[in-house]
Amino acid sequence: MSDTSSPEGTADSGGDLFSKFDDIIAMREGLLATGVEDPFNLVMEKVLSPTRAICNGRDTILLGTYNYMGMTFDPDVVDAGKQALADFGTGTTGSRVLNGTYQGHKECEDALREFYDMDHAMVFSTGYLANLGIISTIAGKGDYIILDIDSHASIWDGCAMGNAEVVPFKHNDIEAMEKRLRRVPEGAGKLVILEGVYSMLGDLAPLKEMVAIAKKYGAMVLVDEAHSMGFIGEHGRGVVEDEGVLDDVDFIIGTFSKSVGTVGGFCVSNHPKFEIMRLVCRPYVFTASLPPSVVATAATSIRKLQHAGNKRGHLWENSRRLHKGLTDLGFQLGTEECQSAIVAVIMPDLERGAGMWEALLKEGLYVNLARPPATPANMTLLRCSLCAEHSDEEVGTILGMFERAGRNTGIIS
Amino acid sequence: MDRAEVDSKIRELIGPFNKKGVEIQDSTTFVGDFEFDSLTVMDFVAEIEDEFDIIISMNQQAEIENYGQLVDAVTKLQD
Repeated sequence: MSDTSSPEGTADSGGDLFSKFDDIIAMREGLLATGVEDPFNLVMEKVLSPTRAICNGRDTILLGTYNYMGMTFDPDVVDAGKQALADFGTGTTGSRVLNGTYQGHKECEDALREFYDMDHAMVFSTGYLANLGIISTIAGKGDYIILDIDSHASIWDGCAMGNAEVVPFKHNDIEAMEKRLRRVPEGAGKLVILEGVYSMLGDLAPLKEMVAIAKKYGAMVLVDEAHSMGFIGEHGRGVVEDEGVLDDVDFIIGTFSKSVGTVGGFCVSNHPKFEIMRLVCRPYVFTASLPPSVVATAATSIRKLQHAGNKRGHLWENSRRLHKGLTDLGFQLGTEECQSAIVAVIMPDLERGAGMWEALLKEGLYVNLARPPATPANMTLLRCSLCAEHSDEEVGTILGMFERAGRNTGIIS
Repeated sequence: MDRAEVDSKIRELIGPFNKKGVEIQDSTTFVGDFEFDSLTVMDFVAEIEDEFDIIISMNQQAEIENYGQLVDAVTKLQD
């Protein structure tokens, strides 16, 4: 019943394997034919700070980078990267299990263990690979994965790569999740996959209730905290910390490409056998490890994030102010209350969404344009993510830009 | 429930989802004939799962292309 295998896409392709992309090619051409600047081909010629760049030739405020804690230009972090580049060279040219584990990789995993106060930490080359690797490896044939239908692509791909039975439930629906857990055949292994913050609308999962139910049915729980690490929870450990369920969760997946400010992914766990993952997890074994400069910047950034209470406070202020300001202007947002540093502005359709996106870019503001099928309920969204380094003045400027662009494009009256 | 009973129950459940009023035969496909998108599939599957108290995993859904195959699968699963 999957619509990915539609007969239109497979029949009569005339041998061209690219025929299956005709629909999306037409959608893209249709959008560009309206004369709008290509939303998926933006180039940043210069990056001035975590919140400013020259984009397509314009001085632009960045409001769609997930650079939540603004660590990308932190002097200590930059220095650590330079030093590692000088001392260890540009790359490891090898797998973590062969020649690709340097001192820096161990130090980075030490920093993660301390950050989460957990026994084991495993660093992957990207966050995508962390989900792909852990999910496809731990849930095998005969096991059941129960997951939220709005899960990130890396989670779905991890499910597709493994051999477990995959059972989705309606977004954030506690009862739907419990029903599915109850129906899993007796004796089968169960993995529940949740996200702390869902990145499309910026809403949170009711983790307290959901984790308790998962445990009641004897399931292991994996929570992706990509969009909460560093600023949600007292120590920035994510929604699991804020909801008081950190100790009940079996695996936390995270990324270095958001609050940490570089690239890479990880899994932390207290499972006593966790270290065997390093030998059996193919997306960990069969790819080159992160360059020494990247793990050095990540480790330094993670350690600084442990003591970033003031920055966390300012990021919350920025997020709440933008959420309230946009609501007051009459925009329709993804959540009624501000729940995270993501503020999603719902657009009536792709064409008008792209028009609003372009109007904002011309004002000097970059946000993410998110479109189906990546979005829930086929929505077109302008996704804003705030940064702790946005000044009060910048947030005011951003609201002015939204007001002008929104009126000029008729999104608000 | 035998196959005929499962068939009539699913026919009842598919009503609200069959917005185009497509005539239902065993060979009627979900994507091509009913024109279900992925969201409709999820809601429809959830209805059937709740009615028969079963799981139809995505792996199983991938094997089900038409109405008859769904009735067969549910008949087997609810046994």
